[in-house]
Amino acid sequence: MRALLTCFTAVGLTLFAAAAPAQQQVSIVTSLPKDLTEVYKRAFEAKNPGVKVEVLNRGTSAAIAYVREAPASAKPDVFWASAPDAFEVLASENLLQKFDGRNPAVPAKIGNYPINDPEGFYYGQALAGYGLMWNTRYLKANKLPDPKEWADLVKPAYHGHVAISSPSRSGTTHLTIETILQGEGWTRGWRQILMIGGNTAAITERSFGVPDGVNNGQFGIGLVIDFFGLSAKASGFPVEFIYPTVTAIVPANIGLVANARNAELGKKFISFALSEPGQELLLNPRISRLPVLPATYAKAPQGYPNPFSGKIKPKVNFDSDLSRSRYYVVNALFDQTVSFRHRELVAATKAIHEAAAKLAGKSNAQAQKLLAEARELVYTPIVSEEKSKDKEFLALFSQTKRDALKIKQLTGLEEYWNSSARKNYLRAAELANQAAAMAK
Amino acid sequence: MRAPAGFTWAQAAVALVIAAFLLVFLIIPVVTVVYVAFADGAGNFTLSHFGSFFGLSLMRESFWNSLYVGLWSVAIATLIAVPLAYFTVRFEFRGALLIQTLGVLPLIMPPFVGAVAMQLIFGRSGSVNLILNDWFGFTLPIMDGLNGVIFVEALHYFPFILMNLVVTLNNIDSSMEESAQNLGASGLRLFRRIVFPLAMPGYVAGAALVFIKVFDDLGTPLVLHQTNLLAPQAYLRITAIGIEDPIGYVASVIMVIASLAALWVATWTMRGKDYATMQRGYAGLARRRLGPGQTALAYGWIVLVLLVVLAPHIGILLLSLAKVWSFSVLPDAYTLDHYTAVFQDSPRMIWNTALYCGIAATLDVVIATAIAYLMLRTRVPGRNALDFTVTIALAIPGVVLGIGYLRTFRGIEIPFTGELLTSSWILIAIAYTVRRLPYALRSCVAALQQLHVSLEEAAENLGASKRRTILRVVVPLMAGGMLAGFITSFMTAAVELSATLMLVSSQNDAPMSYGIYLYLQSAAGRGPGAALGILAVALVAVGTYLSHRLLGARAVSAKDIQRMGA
Repeated sequence: MRALLTCFTAVGLTLFAAAAPAQQQVSIVTSLPKDLTEVYKRAFEAKNPGVKVEVLNRGTSAAIAYVREAPASAKPDVFWASAPDAFEVLASENLLQKFDGRNPAVPAKIGNYPINDPEGFYYGQALAGYGLMWNTRYLKANKLPDPKEWADLVKPAYHGHVAISSPSRSGTTHLTIETILQGEGWTRGWRQILMIGGNTAAITERSFGVPDGVNNGQFGIGLVIDFFGLSAKASGFPVEFIYPTVTAIVPANIGLVANARNAELGKKFISFALSEPGQELLLNPRISRLPVLPATYAKAPQGYPNPFSGKIKPKVNFDSDLSRSRYYVVNALFDQTVSFRHRELVAATKAIHEAAAKLAGKSNAQAQKLLAEARELVYTPIVSEEKSKDKEFLALFSQTKRDALKIKQLTGLEEYWNSSARKNYLRAAELANQAAAMAK
Repeated sequence: MRAPAGFTWAQAAVALVIAAFLLVFLIIPVVTVVYVAFADGAGNFTLSHFGSFFGLSLMRESFWNSLYVGLWSVAIATLIAVPLAYFTVRFEFRGALLIQTLGVLPLIMPPFVGAVAMQLIFGRSGSVNLILNDWFGFTLPIMDGLNGVIFVEALHYFPFILMNLVVTLNNIDSSMEESAQNLGASGLRLFRRIVFPLAMPGYVAGAALVFIKVFDDLGTPLVLHQTNLLAPQAYLRITAIGIEDPIGYVASVIMVIASLAALWVATWTMRGKDYATMQRGYAGLARRRLGPGQTALAYGWIVLVLLVVLAPHIGILLLSLAKVWSFSVLPDAYTLDHYTAVFQDSPRMIWNTALYCGIAATLDVVIATAIAYLMLRTRVPGRNALDFTVTIALAIPGVVLGIGYLRTFRGIEIPFTGELLTSSWILIAIAYTVRRLPYALRSCVAALQQLHVSLEEAAENLGASKRRTILRVVVPLMAGGMLAGFITSFMTAAVELSATLMLVSSQNDAPMSYGIYLYLQSAAGRGPGAALGILAVALVAVGTYLSHRLLGARAVSAKDIQRMGA
């Protein structure tokens, strides 16, 4: 019994201790991996004795929701994430506050893209490009050539070997998808995305699911943000990474949250992250991100990609206004027609590949026509380019004022996309099989 | 004022305190979730959200997928558990105890950690498939899609069936079996017609538990990238779209209904089928010998099953020691660096787990003992309602409880600090307490049931007060059962992720289960994540062993005294 009493007292004491006033601390909401935040946490705490860094890791969209829903008295101080559109969303909802913390040595632009927010709501902290990462052992075992471009991934040879995350779960994937859409245009872009989607082995839940699967050999090729590939290579995994020509180099940002509890410490942390010692931390092999400070590259190991050297030539000038305006539409469309109808999409794509292989070199006009029809059914986006620019249509997806009626409209629309995608994919598989049967 | 017959005011006060605790931390949050699912913007009743939910084919699919995964997991778990239990209990078998112990091991590792290891061993390019492909030119899609979830869940939760079956099989009167044999039944027929029906109550209880656990599990589908299930959909809806999104609440309500239904089916199946046999336990005599061929077969099957069952543990151990493990049968090289990294980075998380689970398990045992006493020894009104409410907690998925807490305690501050309740770790500890209370309650009730009331009467006759009797007689004699309750609560809370994922709001307050999940999100973190997983297993194992050592002697003597008393 005495033991029980002691336990009870201990519980009471710890509860009391928890209720004691907190020491000075800066709280950071981030989508970045623990490997990175841990290094910054330690460096900052070492530099500022008595200060504690609190980190909350969430996926980008969950992090936005967290900032939005935290009550005014308990807002976090710093928001730190890869996807620029996340910051656009936060700024447009007045969840960020301006402050002048720019490091003058950071150039104004990378390509045509401004590194810092022109309005001063957030700052570029590192640069990121999007590319392809593959497992060399996997490709060798499956006798596959190394990919070079997004367009390579639609080839039949890669069927079932590719992995991608979903843009609604991963901010970086959203950027990749948006980059393809902006680089190729809405219709052609979706065509490519759907074709790649049909070749995927899986649509992963978090962006890290892709590099993780490539690292351990579950997947051959993954669409990833550069540091995933570079850090995995630096950690010793048998992987390679390249930037395709349709890539955008965009900053990963850091910003001060509006009504931050410890705004002064938050500012201090951001300034540290932008300073020379803060930038150097990015070269840590486990982090492997591209600094925004050109001078830092002098200390980088050999072969470290340097976007300021002009070697990576991004073809796409990323338009973040456009991206923001259709953020939720792109996400919902991808989820309903690719993520959630993955099985049917893959089956249809497989049937099309097989039919095409059988028809190759044969002139059977009717079969070719069926095959073309099947392709149209699968690879035409359900939302037309025209509709994707329609203001009224876009307004339906805005986050504000969600009443029961609007939710019904939205879920109805999502259901329509989902079920039409399913119908189209099943029909297309049928058509492709018919076409293949004619090839005999 | 004079107390009414059957209870004292102090007892009533204890009952009230417990009721208040359950009301605030179980009933109100769950009711809030249900309320949001049925309320429109103005707070009026509506079925519109349910309409929207079932209008989404994704949600319909998630619903069917969850059922499919739940039922298949039960089926596969049965295939694993039934032979293990039957062979080891009913036949003379070397190492029966070892097999039964190893069979419980899966429970002490978070299933999503197992999932990562299973990918490396049974996945598309896992060890098994690489070997199969090399030798025979084909691969088995064990880990593809929902199969993977079913496989991992079945391997993780089959011990629930195993443990329950072992107990009931041990309690079957061997004369039943002998009578059947005298009448000419043998082999499969004997098992099917006599043994299995008699063991049914234990089996159904275990199976229902497996179903509920699988239905509720969030970590495993997320790690395996399967999002078309109810728990992940509820989680993703609430975290990505926001706490206002009603679809997430509808998913929650449906999960609660399904779990309650499973519980109800379990009690309904067992109703009116009281197979309690008159005299207990001649099981020792009934152990039969197997022929040499049968022995070989039985051992072969058991070794195979145990290998598969232990695969996640072996995989995680290898991963925690591996430098690089990619597209190869075994890791390329080995290192101890990951353990160093964990001790440098995350001692905090290990401490947090010990703290939260310690608090939760302690509270559980205290509350459970009190409820057990109120139920069995007093006539405080509403005592059975307490028991019922606690049992309901079994059917409340962690995700739902998490969502309920976030919504109910939104904006509430802890007095004097201004810190939000929803962003403090206290809620995590309380969630663990509520979720593990049913386990503790069952073992405390069992312990008190076995305690003859005459011992207490003797103490009271000798002049001890009620209070003194409880403290000096009842609690010490119940120590064994309380310890069992403590261990079960602690063990299972240490591997809890569903509620944790919803409630953790900063890394400093995160327990190990969350830390492992986080580690597994980066290339360099897989090794440390696995190392932390191994440490979690070790922590739980050491804790169990120590408490056995500390209280074991007392538990034994309690049994002796009880035998004398009875």
